[in-house]
Amino acid sequence: MPIATTQQQQAIMRRRLIGRVVATVVFVLLTLGLVIARLYWLQITNHEVYTTLSTDNRIRLLPLPPARGEITDRNGVLLAQNIPSIDLFIFPDKVKNIGETIEQLSKVISISDDDRSRFNKLKKRQRRFERVAIRTGLNQQEMAKYAVERHRFRGVDMGITLRRYYPYGELTAHVVGYIGRINERELERIDQAAYSGTSHIGKTGLERYYEDQLHGEVGVQKVEMDATSHIMRVIETQPPVNGKDIKLNFDIELQRIAMDGLGEHSGAIVAIDIKSGGILALASKPGFDANLFVDGISFKDYGALRENPETPLYNRTVHGRYPPGSTIKPFHALAGLELGTVTANQTIYCPGHYRIKGSGRKFRDWKKSGHGTTNLYKAIEQSCDVYFYNLAYSMGIDNMHDYLSQFRFGQKTGADMPNETGAVYPSVMWKKKRYNKVWVAGDTVNAGIGQGYLLVSPLQLAYATAVLAGDGKLIPPRLASHIDGISTALPDNEIPRIEKKAPHHWAQVIQGMSQVVESPRGTAKRIRSKSYRIAGKTGTAQVVSMKQNETYDAKKLAKDKHDHALFVAFAPTDDPQIAISVIVEHGGHGGSTAAPIARRIMDAFLLEESIETEQQVSSEKEAEEENSEGENTEEENLQQRSDAQQNGERQDDE
Amino acid sequence: MSDSILSMPKHVSTPLLPRLHIDLPLLTGILLLCAFGLAMLYSASDSDIAMVKRQLVNIAIALVIMFAIAQLSPAKLKAISPWFYLAGLALLIAVLVMGDMGKGAQRWLLIGGFRFQPSEIVKIAVPMMCAGFLASRPQPVKAWHLLVAFLLTLIPAALIIKQPDLGTAILVTAAGVFTLFFAGLSWRLIILIVAIAIAGISAVLFDPDILDAFMHPYQKRRVLTLIDPQNDPLGAGYHIIQASIAIGSGGMFGKGWLNGTQCHLDFLPEQHTDFIFAVIAEELGLVGIIIMMLLYLFIILRGLYITAMSDSAYGRLLGGSLTLVFFIYLLVNTGMVTGILPVVGVPLPLVSYGGTSIITIMAGFGILMSIHTHRELSRTRQSEITSFFD
Repeated sequence: MPIATTQQQQAIMRRRLIGRVVATVVFVLLTLGLVIARLYWLQITNHEVYTTLSTDNRIRLLPLPPARGEITDRNGVLLAQNIPSIDLFIFPDKVKNIGETIEQLSKVISISDDDRSRFNKLKKRQRRFERVAIRTGLNQQEMAKYAVERHRFRGVDMGITLRRYYPYGELTAHVVGYIGRINERELERIDQAAYSGTSHIGKTGLERYYEDQLHGEVGVQKVEMDATSHIMRVIETQPPVNGKDIKLNFDIELQRIAMDGLGEHSGAIVAIDIKSGGILALASKPGFDANLFVDGISFKDYGALRENPETPLYNRTVHGRYPPGSTIKPFHALAGLELGTVTANQTIYCPGHYRIKGSGRKFRDWKKSGHGTTNLYKAIEQSCDVYFYNLAYSMGIDNMHDYLSQFRFGQKTGADMPNETGAVYPSVMWKKKRYNKVWVAGDTVNAGIGQGYLLVSPLQLAYATAVLAGDGKLIPPRLASHIDGISTALPDNEIPRIEKKAPHHWAQVIQGMSQVVESPRGTAKRIRSKSYRIAGKTGTAQVVSMKQNETYDAKKLAKDKHDHALFVAFAPTDDPQIAISVIVEHGGHGGSTAAPIARRIMDAFLLEESIETEQQVSSEKEAEEENSEGENTEEENLQQRSDAQQNGERQDDE
Repeated sequence: MSDSILSMPKHVSTPLLPRLHIDLPLLTGILLLCAFGLAMLYSASDSDIAMVKRQLVNIAIALVIMFAIAQLSPAKLKAISPWFYLAGLALLIAVLVMGDMGKGAQRWLLIGGFRFQPSEIVKIAVPMMCAGFLASRPQPVKAWHLLVAFLLTLIPAALIIKQPDLGTAILVTAAGVFTLFFAGLSWRLIILIVAIAIAGISAVLFDPDILDAFMHPYQKRRVLTLIDPQNDPLGAGYHIIQASIAIGSGGMFGKGWLNGTQCHLDFLPEQHTDFIFAVIAEELGLVGIIIMMLLYLFIILRGLYITAMSDSAYGRLLGGSLTLVFFIYLLVNTGMVTGILPVVGVPLPLVSYGGTSIITIMAGFGILMSIHTHRELSRTRQSEITSFFD
């Protein structure tokens, strides 16, 4: 490149650079001028305003946390309430030596190691200028002691906070759930400003599901403080908006009957008000005391709950996945009718076992001698397995899956509980996806009697029963009936319905279920009531698989291998109001263990004088137990030993 | 500012300082500002002499680094630019993979017991890289060269946003863009970019939810709080309101050194770091602030003078960029504290407490001194060093 050109170019570049530098100087002066202008406005024009603000600036903004909404049952009984607690707080940004301050405080009131570690944990999370609790729940004496020494503690303050209390403890732990300290993960999820001054958040159950409604809106208080950050005067208050109260469909008395009914057994009971879709009881046993969690559960207590083999923290009603056993049969019967696979009076012959055509595999009926000629009514009444093996084989799994999905089997019911399980209603596709295996005819046959891959939650069972009894109306099951006095119910025209091919099909299935209780050969005849008619279905779900030639003998098996007893029912049959599902883990058979609990709940709900009838039931029960000894074998306790069952215990399979 | 300080007399026989590669006017400005900062830190920290001593050590380390860098010629700096840049990128990736969490953001890297922020290295590495790249093209550079340089800026900036650290990402982007500006980015394009920025800001004012796509919730809240501080009086708005009270109550002459009521009653947040400007405004008033601003202005003008006098394209691009970045520190911090810009966590340069930022800034001044004091030498040696870019 010729030197002249380079020099010319250099000159051009130089001129351009000077231009840029000059532009930069202009930019710098202009923007700095802007900052100075802003400062002039703050320091000269509005100097008076800010001087006033500054001279009384002992003013601080304190968050006023809203009171959390309270939860009551259908009769207004408090299930979650707020009780005042006196707490001691430290403002970390006001205290030079926090360790020393805590040391001094501990000479005045007792501060445990737990308190210290909690304080340290909380301090890290809080904003710099927010107070952190060092001790909660001071008693009168401690308050008095601190009040005397108070002047010594700069940046320490005593205050009243509301603590959550669950009066029914164990009875409602799974339903109401509990609140606990906000953790790191939740901190990312929530709007932190909305939670200033609030340390707790709903962790499980309704407390979690309705967190947004229960929490409310934070308020602000402008206060004047002295140099030691004690509040001298409240200047202005923007009050918080308290959380909304929630009234439930849930009935604490029914819940008590359900929990008591399960006795020492683990299990789950769900009761649904058919007319409203309201969940009346949601019992999961064993329970735990939710109050332990509010202030941070101790390591020991938590370990005990975690390691308990009965898994008390696990809410069986919405998270449990159980094989439904024979309780699925009415729904399969309905599917068969509506899909046109069978008619109600069509019969098959039950020799006590079933063979798929062209296959050597033998599927046994619970009744070795067989049920003989069996139509749909008898098949439900006596829980004939062969009938349903055959029916399932004829329908095919995909048709069954599609029909039963309408009842929300294999899907969430949409109840107002967090993390509800959809459990499993299998299909060809499902098995391919889940296990990468081909669906075989034997799988369909097993599913026909509620075994194999098929799993349901107690809530799904109760809900499907309510839908069946309630004419196919798919009312979303709800624990909450009113939030802040406003009904949560959907208007009637927004409620979806299952499309019926023929209404008499539904009546036929209900007739079969009615015979389960009303007929002298029904599997739940012992719970027959004089006051109203009940329609139901017993079930027994096997926990261990039996080999081809083994027979089930309860006496030889450890208790945790005993069958689960199941029962679904609704009543009154002619005007259905309540639907119930009962699962008694390792309870033996549905008719004798599960059904009587359902009867007690129905009595309490349907009859005015429940106490009287309850006594009546127990005397009836005693009377029956005497003459039922011999019948036990005739019931379905030996049923469903379908051979080559590859599935062992499944209900916790998640 | 008088001419005699800004322009070094040329006919004086080689004085000592240029031979040591020290630019006296720049050094004077820096030392004055540091001394001023230490005095204010003493007040802002509630007379915590230990903190002042720690800051003094920070300053000393930073000065040593500055002198060391000044010894390297611009040609050498240019030669190491790409390696420095690549090392910076690698460290940024390392920080994302295994960085230490601090205040909900991942910025620190622990090496041999020392915690440091790779994003600080990048603040210098990006303008070095861009300047090196552009200076090696035939001048004036073509549009696509500018585009490449812009990409070289965006990659580290994106990595820093991921940490997430909006304040530093802005500074790094600015550093890169300023090299483009001095390389001759066309005015039309500049006007276009400014117009887009204005349109973007207007859109945000109109519908703040647009921000969800680009920002973390806490960043969005800071921006929205700027629009209406009363909106979140317990969160970010608290800082701005308290800072305004401190500044406004300072008035023309201030409440006097150590007499600021706002900071001594602990109402000001982060008073010795990002919000030290409010303490200065409260205690020394508008007059004190203006004097401090003149000191800053002196340093900036000296930096621009060095840029203008530079005889290499590399020096011009890098010097201009580093000076402007220093100015952006000042602008963003003062804008933030006075409530005209969002709270993005940028320190007041050379005055705020903290070692990391001061070292980066001084390193930048070291480069400026190198550019200015190696002029005659560089002319003869430049051709000897084969550059990575050629």
